[in-house]
Amino acid sequence: MAFVPPKETYSGKVYSVTIGTASKEVTFGGENVLPFHSFEGLTPNSPIIAYEIQDVPPTDWPENVQKPYKDVSNDPVSWAKFCQETLKARAIALRLIGTHPDRENRSPEDAAKTVRDVLSVIDMPLIILGSNHAEKDASVLVAAAEAAKDKNCIIGKAQEANYKTIIAAAMANNLKLIAMSELDINLAKQLNILITQMGFDKERLITDPMCSALGYGLEYTYSVMERIRLAALTQNDMTMQPPMIGDLGMYVWKVKETQAGETDMPQWGSAEERGIIWEAVTATALLLAGVELLIMRHPKAINALEQVMEELI
Amino acid sequence: MLIIGEKLSIIARRVREAMMKRDKGPIQEIAVSQWKAGAGMIDANIGPAEDGGEELMQWMVTTIQEVVPLPLCLDTTNYGAIEAGLKIHNNQWGRPLINSTSNDPERFAMLELAAKYNSKIIGLTVGKGGLPADAEERAAIAAEIMARAAEYGVPLEDLYLDPLVLQIATSQDHALKVIKAIKMFQELNDPPMKTVVGLSNVSNGCPKHLRPILNNFYLSLLMYEGLTAAIADPHEAAPTVKTIDVILGRTLYAHSYLEIS
Repeated sequence: MAFVPPKETYSGKVYSVTIGTASKEVTFGGENVLPFHSFEGLTPNSPIIAYEIQDVPPTDWPENVQKPYKDVSNDPVSWAKFCQETLKARAIALRLIGTHPDRENRSPEDAAKTVRDVLSVIDMPLIILGSNHAEKDASVLVAAAEAAKDKNCIIGKAQEANYKTIIAAAMANNLKLIAMSELDINLAKQLNILITQMGFDKERLITDPMCSALGYGLEYTYSVMERIRLAALTQNDMTMQPPMIGDLGMYVWKVKETQAGETDMPQWGSAEERGIIWEAVTATALLLAGVELLIMRHPKAINALEQVMEELI
Repeated sequence: MLIIGEKLSIIARRVREAMMKRDKGPIQEIAVSQWKAGAGMIDANIGPAEDGGEELMQWMVTTIQEVVPLPLCLDTTNYGAIEAGLKIHNNQWGRPLINSTSNDPERFAMLELAAKYNSKIIGLTVGKGGLPADAEERAAIAAEIMARAAEYGVPLEDLYLDPLVLQIATSQDHALKVIKAIKMFQELNDPPMKTVVGLSNVSNGCPKHLRPILNNFYLSLLMYEGLTAAIADPHEAAPTVKTIDVILGRTLYAHSYLEIS
């Protein structure tokens, strides 16, 4: 008798979210099975990887991940164009890190101008991220949202401390929204409830349960994401059915294993290769945990991930 | 757990008057209110309805389903009225539930209707010989109803066994026997049999202020034993159902868990 694989049936489904405009729009989510269980149900869309760029030169990034962008990264507009034209990005994530009070402390108006300038040269979907300074983001993201009006971008991240202002801006400008909580499954659910209770459509929401890098608490992120997905699929918990984002580049390229040079750590081998592998492995774990949208930095790590997805789906 | 809204019952004066006058207003208002409070099904109890039961049941089904996208629990001993209701029930929102058959041969015809109209059905574990003495007798009657259902072609997953909740004020010892019966019913089949209770009967005859307390604590014990459905007041029972679902790990906790359906 032929082997028949046992199949689970799920009662819930992840919402599918479309971002971008016209022919370059992309859709992620929409599955009613656990990651890569396409034999059990529907997996209409593959996860999407967005290339991370930022509004100020990436002097805080390790040398090895600055290198691929060295000719373009002093200007977000040329950086974005490079990702679109040379690297064939499907989406771009613009982090307005320069607005952080401890960094360049750029104004909301400056941030809005950067968003407008970037949007004028790309036709890819754009994800607009603040500096994760809850107070400053409240003004920066409002200005950025206005600059991106009707461009079907994602804006974020709305946190417990600032979600009211940011939701209003996302609603007024017809954008998708990232809701972020800090590695706490119950708060992730609570924030999604609070946001939808304000009238924000849950099908325009993306959950960020917060990331971490391999070796630095990745298992916590993994567990939270996995539990969110199980609540969405097996318990049909509608508050947990928005797709999830893994904003991992910023965590990966901060750890010792991606920073230490070969002279300090000769036994660890090539520093460049090590960083790429660290990012790719972290991202693969998040794919298995259930993320539908990833933000990454190194083009080679992104290529490796795209290959993994192609082979697994 | 499924809450079957109990409020559209001929026992309530306002409902009875609306039924007699065919006044849709109060019926629809109560139906909508129960749906919004978390009912997944609406009980339409028209009593024995010996005269004009068919027409009354059809009027109830139509009136309720005009405003509420839920299936109905058709509650009467009148066979003709049940059939009339089944004929026009809108199955787009789920299959109806017949309330009820039992181990009394006079009620077997209800199983025939369930098979004919692909309806679910409640099996009340009483026979001709009066009330069951304990959980074991309830389970024995349940097994007979299950055999009867199979004979009539009703799938066991469509049968909801009802252990018959009695009044705590007059039959205190049965409160625990019913809880035990819920547990035993499930063991009669694999996958486990579905179960249902008429919850508020436990507090029937008790002072008004005690009734929600008795109903809700009783419900939480029944849910712990795996109860599938309760005919109850959704406004009163929803917080208990949501809370027990959280405690039993069926719903993920969040501070606002009571506010979401």
